[in-house]
Order: sequence, then C-alpha cells, then structure tokens
Amino acid sequence: MLQINHISFGYNKKAGDLFSDFSLNLEAGNVYGLLGKNGAGKSTLIYLMTGLLTPREGESLLDGVNVRHRLPQTMSEIFLLPEEFELPQLTLKRYVSINAPFYPRYSADDMQRYLDIFDMGGMMDVQLHSLSMGQKKKVLMAFALATNTRVLIMDEPTNGLDIPSKSQFRKLVTTGMSDDKLMLISTHQVRDISDILDHVVIIDQNRVLLNTGMADVTSRIAFRPLREGDQPIFVLQSPFGPLGAVRAQDGEETKVDLEMLFNATLQNPAAINQLFTTSK
Amino acid sequence: MNFKDNKAIYLQIADRIGDQILAGTLTPDGKVPSVRELAAEIEVNANTVARTYDHLQQQGIIYTKRGLGYFVSPDARETIVARRREQLMQGEMDYFLGQLKAVGITPEELQQLYSDYLNK
Repeated sequence: MLQINHISFGYNKKAGDLFSDFSLNLEAGNVYGLLGKNGAGKSTLIYLMTGLLTPREGESLLDGVNVRHRLPQTMSEIFLLPEEFELPQLTLKRYVSINAPFYPRYSADDMQRYLDIFDMGGMMDVQLHSLSMGQKKKVLMAFALATNTRVLIMDEPTNGLDIPSKSQFRKLVTTGMSDDKLMLISTHQVRDISDILDHVVIIDQNRVLLNTGMADVTSRIAFRPLREGDQPIFVLQSPFGPLGAVRAQDGEETKVDLEMLFNATLQNPAAINQLFTTSK
Repeated sequence: MNFKDNKAIYLQIADRIGDQILAGTLTPDGKVPSVRELAAEIEVNANTVARTYDHLQQQGIIYTKRGLGYFVSPDARETIVARRREQLMQGEMDYFLGQLKAVGITPEELQQLYSDYLNK
C-alpha cells in the first residue's frame, strides 16, 4: 500500500545523505513498529513517506500515487500525528468542524468513542490551548483515529502520556485498527507498544536492518534464560544469570522481547537476518 | 492484561480462555468474544488473538460457525483438563516434587497438606 522506492535524501550536502537508495514496502492490515536509535532517521523517513519532505531521488507511493504531489486523494488518506505540535486557540468542537471535512470517512461516533477511552468524553467544548501537552496529544490522537484514514502514522505517540494513558493508547489502537488500515508507530518506548504490533521494522544508518512479522519472530527466536549448550545470538548479563536470544528449537515459543530484539539486531544484523532467511 | 515473559502471548491468552471455561464464565456452546472485541479489551494485536483462536480451534476447545463467530466446544472442559494434566505431569510436577524433597517434606506430610487443601 505504502511503497518507498530507492529514495535518497540528505538535509544538506555537508552532512551527507541520511538515506541513499532506501526502500521499504508497507501493507494494509498491519500495525508496524518503526524502531531505530536517535538520529537513525525515523522522523525523516516519516516525513518522506507523507510528502512533507521530498527525496532527491526515488519516490514514496501511496497506492501507486506519488505522495510528493500532495494530491487531495492522497492527503485525505494519510494522518500524521507528530511527536510535538501546537494546537490553535479553538475549542475542540470548532477544531473538529474545521478539520474533519478534509477526511471523507471521519466519524463523530468514533471520535466520541476514542475520547471516552481516554476518559475525555466531556471535552468537546474545552479550549485546546488550555490543555496540557499530554491531553493535547490524547485529543489529537482520538481525532487522528476518528478520521479513519487508511494510513495513520504516529511519531512517539506515548511520549508525555501518563501511566494510565499508555494502556488507553493500546486500547485506542486495537479498537481503531481494521484490515484496510495501515498504522505505523515510531517509538523508543518499546514496552508500551510491543503487544499491539503485527510487524517490526528496525532501521539504522539508512538501512533496513530487520523487517519482519511478530509471529515470525515468536516462531524463530526464543528470549529466555540461557542454558548449557545454547548458542545465543545475543547475551544480556543479569543478576540471575545470563539471558539471551537464541534460535527457537523444538517448537518453543516465548514472548517477544522487543528491547532485546532491537539490541541484538543492532549488534549483529547478519546473524538475526540469517534466522529469518533459513528454513526453521 | 499483564503477560509473563516465558510464553508466547497468544498461548497465554489461550490459557486465560481455558481458565474461563474451567471456571464456567464461558459455557459449552456459548459464544466467545470476537477477535476484535477481545483484542481491544486486552489491548493486544488482533492477529495475535486470531492466532489464539486458531490454536484453540485446532485443539477442539472452540469451534466456528460461519458468519457467527466462535463458540465453546461441548467437551472443551474435558479437553482442557486432559491437556493441563499432561502439561503438569511433564513439567511443573517435577519441579514441585524437587522442591518438596529439597525442604524435606515427607510423603505423609504432603498427603496431609493436600487433604487439608481439598477440604478448605
């Protein structure tokens, strides 16, 4: 659905290219987690995907249409929730009445449902600029899902959210997701989102290091205390003995430790990828 | 929902559904929540829940009626008990008995403890 084909991009000549000949293909029906270190280019990639930045070479396509043209048919199908943003001095009701018409499948019922999930059901008349950053984030998130765009991209959505809101955020995503939608969540807060992902994409230094389904991770890699004879791909020393990532054997299936997967992939991408390319 | 680290999430969800069947919260031929309903409720990816249901269906614990969703099999309870008994005997029982031996609990004491527990 969203295709990034051979893009090259850098902010200036001196700093060099952040991406060169970079490609990535994202399909509907999936919640993607986009992971990468600080400066790996996650936000830049998001802007390139949504037509906010234009690559020097290559193209980003939504259903075959280049997003850089920012055609109404494209923009009405993409919602980007940035990490930081300002909201105008309006009531939420007014904000919605101005912005909702750009999105043909916007649903007021969904909006109410999503505000309710955040315990903000009575907030339609509130002044947006009087809200805290966390509240602004929740309001915009509810609106983002209620627009029912086919593509929803969220940059660090759980940053600034309090403890109960993180669980509410997961409920929002699992409630709002459907087979014709594509969601992409860029984040460092892997513990917040691990259970809601279909697919994980790890990028570093303009390369896709790993791009795989969570179910595939479960069946191929076990995350657990190490035993004698294990040949771990990654080892983490703990006070209770070494933990690690090992090739899953004899049908063992552990919960995916996204943090360990991320660290293992950055440390040894070749070994991780080998697990996914060889047969089980 | 909080998950343990040592078992795939889809299997942990299957265990919880098994618990509900054993507790009688879900009854034979009763409807199981839809994939999306349960996913939203426990804040887990819908495809993970779909995997749980596939797994339960393969074991004969739930069955599907086209267009109507998933239902609890009439003999789900027996199936779950048999499977759990097998799992207990293969894994946890060995560990448990090892612990009893380590702290010196005699077979007579164990028998007393278990009788007391059943009479509680």
